[in-house]
Amino acid sequence: MAKPITQILWTELEPGCVIVEPGNAREYRTGDWRTMGHPKVDTERCVKCAQCYIFCPDAAIERTQEGYFLPNLYYCKGCGICAHECPVKCIEMVPEGE
Amino acid sequence: MGKRVGMEVSIAIAEAACQANVDVVAAYPITPQTHIVEHLSELVADGHLDAEFVPVESEHSAMSVCIGSSAAGARTFTSTSSQGLALMNEVVYIASSLRLPIVMVVANRSLSAPLSIWNDHSDAMSVRDTGWIQVFMENGQEAYDHVFWAYRVGEDRRVLTPVMIHIDGFILSHMVESLELVDDEIVKKYLPPFEPIHRLHPDKPVTMGAFALPELYTEAKKAQDEALKASWPVILQGWKEWGDLTGRYYRPVETYNLDGAEVALVTMGSMGETACEAADRMRAQGKRVGVVKIRLWRPFPFQEIRKALQGVKVAVVFDRCISFGGQGGPVASEVRAALYGESPRPRVVNFIGGLAGRDVSPGDFQNMVQEALSREDDRQENYKIYGVRE
Repeated sequence: MAKPITQILWTELEPGCVIVEPGNAREYRTGDWRTMGHPKVDTERCVKCAQCYIFCPDAAIERTQEGYFLPNLYYCKGCGICAHECPVKCIEMVPEGE
Repeated sequence: MGKRVGMEVSIAIAEAACQANVDVVAAYPITPQTHIVEHLSELVADGHLDAEFVPVESEHSAMSVCIGSSAAGARTFTSTSSQGLALMNEVVYIASSLRLPIVMVVANRSLSAPLSIWNDHSDAMSVRDTGWIQVFMENGQEAYDHVFWAYRVGEDRRVLTPVMIHIDGFILSHMVESLELVDDEIVKKYLPPFEPIHRLHPDKPVTMGAFALPELYTEAKKAQDEALKASWPVILQGWKEWGDLTGRYYRPVETYNLDGAEVALVTMGSMGETACEAADRMRAQGKRVGVVKIRLWRPFPFQEIRKALQGVKVAVVFDRCISFGGQGGPVASEVRAALYGESPRPRVVNFIGGLAGRDVSPGDFQNMVQEALSREDDRQENYKIYGVRE
């Protein structure tokens, strides 16, 4: 999207608010929904099993080049499912700012 | 010239949709609208109309199918009444918000309870603020003509808004009237093919009906409101060109015998003709009474109402719906709002009547005028239910 949402004028909307640019939902920062902290991954203990990646309801976990799975905090809503599902308990939910 | 026939108004409306060459009809039968879609289903089954007729399981589905097909670029028609309109309510808003030029004929009928199949405007008023262009028809010829007009205006790229054509249930829908049907050549001249700006098509994917954050919703609604208001010149142009082709000219507001009128009866829908009859009788008695008939309900013709009622002392507004605990009737509410800044302005007296098919005769209108003249003060919120036994 060329313009931040708070700068779009009513005259600039398509009729019926149609979205003509496919995939622009990726610009929606769902990360600012977080209230319960965010996941912190201990890569020392991570076995690269991808359970967190599979269970994440927002597809907010990305695979690094080394094969670890880390949350993308732009999208992560902090639900904690990854930490709950991790079989080796290497994901800890920590308060924002840590 | 067209062909003059004696025809039930519902059948004529279906014939108009057929002549407009609609692509999709999705509807559910409900009294008193049924004859319209019943006849359309026959026209499709008999091969006179090349369209998809979707016999859906409810009115909610009817409007949903209309939205989907209109979004794909199909010229789409439906019709309903009363409870059916109430059931489809949430999708009625979506059709206009997505700016899909569906045409819907509403055979107006009262809302339950008590259950009633007869005519008033309570169903229409339940969708007053849905953002559709809305007209109220006085007779069958108007209803037939306005099907073409509705597509012409709604599909215009400057408008792209659905259009609701209100006809009084039974009083119009089941009336056999002398009508002039236009030749297909006229329709071809008047109504260009539907070319939407955006359509659901795999060649150019778009998203319709996505969500909007608080940061954008206000802008979306502003755009919709401005689009509806901007339909005004297209509405007028559509009427003018129809008049040039057929000799039948329409306006947002019709006036009758208003010259020097002291009292104006203000009506909407088929009651207009009854009010004119009453006005004639009163003129014959030397009373200066005229009639103002509102055809265009949304966008509301504020200026035309002010102009029509200029110099009139008392405006007797007849509503066929109650706004419970509010100002009385929705028509009177708009008329009063239109006049609020005027000085001098007519006294507005609001009667509510003709509910659920209760007959309103010219004599009733005469009584209303008499009563209005005998009353002194009329505040904004005052109204009276006419003819109620007490």
